[in-house]
Amino acid sequence: MYDAPNLETRVTQTNTKITARGVQVFYGEKQALQDVDVDILDNTVTAFIGPSGCGKSTFLRCLNRMNDTISNARVEGEILLDGENIYDKRVDPVQLRAKVGMVFQKPNPFPKSIYDNVAYGPKIHGLTRSKAELDEIVESSLRKAALWKEVKDRLGEPGTGLSGGQQQRLCIARAVATAPEVLLMDEPCSALDPIATAQVEELIDELRASFSVVIVTHSMQQAARVSQKTAFFHLGNLVEYGDTSHIFTNPSDPRTESYITGRIG
Amino acid sequence: MTDATSSQVPAATPAPARSSLLTQSALMKKRNAAEARFKAYGVAAICVSLSVLAIMLWTIFSDGVSAFKQASLTFPVTLDADALDPKGNRDRAEMMRVTTIGYTKLLNAQLLAHLETRGISTEGVTDKDVAAFISRDTPARLRDMVLESPELLGQTITVSGFATGRIDGYLKGRVTRDTAALDTNISVAQLDLADRMQDEGILTTKFNWGFLTNPDASDQRPEAAGLGVALIGSAYMMALVVVMVLPLGVAASIYLEEFAPRNRWTDLIEVNISNLAAVPSIVYGILGLAIFINFAKFPQSSPLVGALVLTLMTLPTIIIATRAAIRAVPPSIRDAALGVGASKMQTVFHHVLPLAAPGILTGTILGLASALGETAPLLLIGMVAFVANYPAGPLDGGVLDPATALPVQVYSWASRSDPAFIERSAGAIIVLLAFLVTMNIIAIILRRRFERRW
Ligand SMILES: Nc1ncnc2c1ncn2[C@@H]1O[C@H](COP(=O)(O)OP(=O)(O)OP(=O)(O)O)[C@@H](O)[C@H]1O
Ligand SMILES: [Mg+2]
Repeated sequence: MYDAPNLETRVTQTNTKITARGVQVFYGEKQALQDVDVDILDNTVTAFIGPSGCGKSTFLRCLNRMNDTISNARVEGEILLDGENIYDKRVDPVQLRAKVGMVFQKPNPFPKSIYDNVAYGPKIHGLTRSKAELDEIVESSLRKAALWKEVKDRLGEPGTGLSGGQQQRLCIARAVATAPEVLLMDEPCSALDPIATAQVEELIDELRASFSVVIVTHSMQQAARVSQKTAFFHLGNLVEYGDTSHIFTNPSDPRTESYITGRIG
Repeated sequence: MTDATSSQVPAATPAPARSSLLTQSALMKKRNAAEARFKAYGVAAICVSLSVLAIMLWTIFSDGVSAFKQASLTFPVTLDADALDPKGNRDRAEMMRVTTIGYTKLLNAQLLAHLETRGISTEGVTDKDVAAFISRDTPARLRDMVLESPELLGQTITVSGFATGRIDGYLKGRVTRDTAALDTNISVAQLDLADRMQDEGILTTKFNWGFLTNPDASDQRPEAAGLGVALIGSAYMMALVVVMVLPLGVAASIYLEEFAPRNRWTDLIEVNISNLAAVPSIVYGILGLAIFINFAKFPQSSPLVGALVLTLMTLPTIIIATRAAIRAVPPSIRDAALGVGASKMQTVFHHVLPLAAPGILTGTILGLASALGETAPLLLIGMVAFVANYPAGPLDGGVLDPATALPVQVYSWASRSDPAFIERSAGAIIVLLAFLVTMNIIAIILRRRFERRW
């Protein structure tokens, strides 16, 4: 039914980038996530799948502490990035987010020029010393996001004037420009047509060489195509986590099986 | 509308005969009629408001435009050195002893003499009646001029000064022969003389810059009254209000919208801000009187106190407008900025504020416009006083000098008895409206410049 994961997307790297232990998230009184334990590997694409409202986005947002911006959200448990607890009191979430970039479901470029969109992150993090260096980062980021060819002649035009798919790739370029170690993507293709989706998927596969990528998706095909590891969430629980090939061909939990065969969700 | 649509569907589906699209169903006709009626109500409402506005503008302009013109008398005056400097030593202190009465006598005599040389008959009018043509403002001005440059003594200069209010009214049509017959201040014979003087070019109407620059004048000489002090007072107040209200309002709004935790205290503050916006402005006047004048001992009638009161009054409005503008910035922009690792401050100042700027500007200018037109609180802090001296420059503590404000000047002129002041009152309203229109145009231009798509 689904494309069998081909050999080259086999997991090749095994060092752990992020370790989550006993993560619980509450929105006010309501618990949205229960006891999530997961190890996210470096240079690997990890897909989060599961029915709507099961807590995929919630967990993703824990990984760069975007949940801090929701006033009634409370996170318990431990999330280690390279062995350091990101919820430690000494950690500044702003510094964390420079390391753990994020691409949102809806393309949200800044209402500024294409150039400024990409240059913003490097600028505020002081990654460059000269305009030439900044230009270089902008170009390489746009190239990585497969957008350079389309926009190289109109870098001064507003990013909001691009098509939806171009905007999403611009957002990816923006996230890539800050040289993160982990890239979180929440349904990055949900607003894109199949061609743009294919481009983004290709891109994700390339990005794997430099970062650990975590992607939330509702498309089984997409998860199967791009990821090496898959986590299946259901009703706030992490039901199953393992190699993508294993989850899609031989799930150990009956809930996973019924979800990927389309019976729940 | 939706109800009507859904109720039509079951009617259409089981219909035995297929209904034609070319004929309207009864229900459709009813709905169209309702729509047409609603449009008619809307058009009627707009027509009513427009015509009321037109009537208002027409009355103001027909009453007020004449305030910008003023009858003036122009005639040569020989400055008699013996009368104006009896000691003959050109000593300022000595010359000060000659009061305006001395100058009045001189002017009266010279006007009579001039009429005689021009062969204008003064039949039927006494010398006093002729003297009544000259505004009391003219001798005072002439005296100032002579004291300023004593070398003029002995020379013949051309004096151009205001005619009195009744003569001015006659030239503008406010005073007629019928009303003059009933008026003890003017006679028909004087009006005849005025006609003759006008023919000879002694009595003319000119554009009256003095209306915009002169200070207020006493009841006896409406012709000399101007908006100078009120304009300076209003300008000082507006400048101070902008300087105080924008930082306060924007900082408070940003804090409340972006940083403040949601708890009982912020809820309380929120409710209070909404309530404060609805407090009648006169209450702010009482507050200003109690705090700024009686407690802090700031000088009465000063633009500083006026500005403080107006700042308090506009602050809630501006906070509400600014918060609305900040809230209208899509949250996805904040997420995007935070997502690339911007701090909260950077998010607000690099992304949220620029997008909220047009809204903030509009709110601020609207708040300022209402502050500019505000009268009641200024009455309470003494800005309705009769102020004949200009306040000092802004850097010389002018904001502490007594001044009035445009709307207060409108109020105080409107309450005086001489009809010439009513004309000035309407003229002052025109100036006030011109200011408001200018502010709104600035708001529109700034908004256009800041507005961006997202
Ligand atoms: N800001 C919030 N406040 C309160 N409850 C929330 C908030 N955000 C999410 N939730 C709740 O938490 C649960 C998990 O939501 P989450 O957005 O993580 O789901 P999801 O798996 O991403 O779903 P989808 O696939 O539809 O995006 C849901 O029940 C949702 O109602
Ligand atoms: Mg989601």
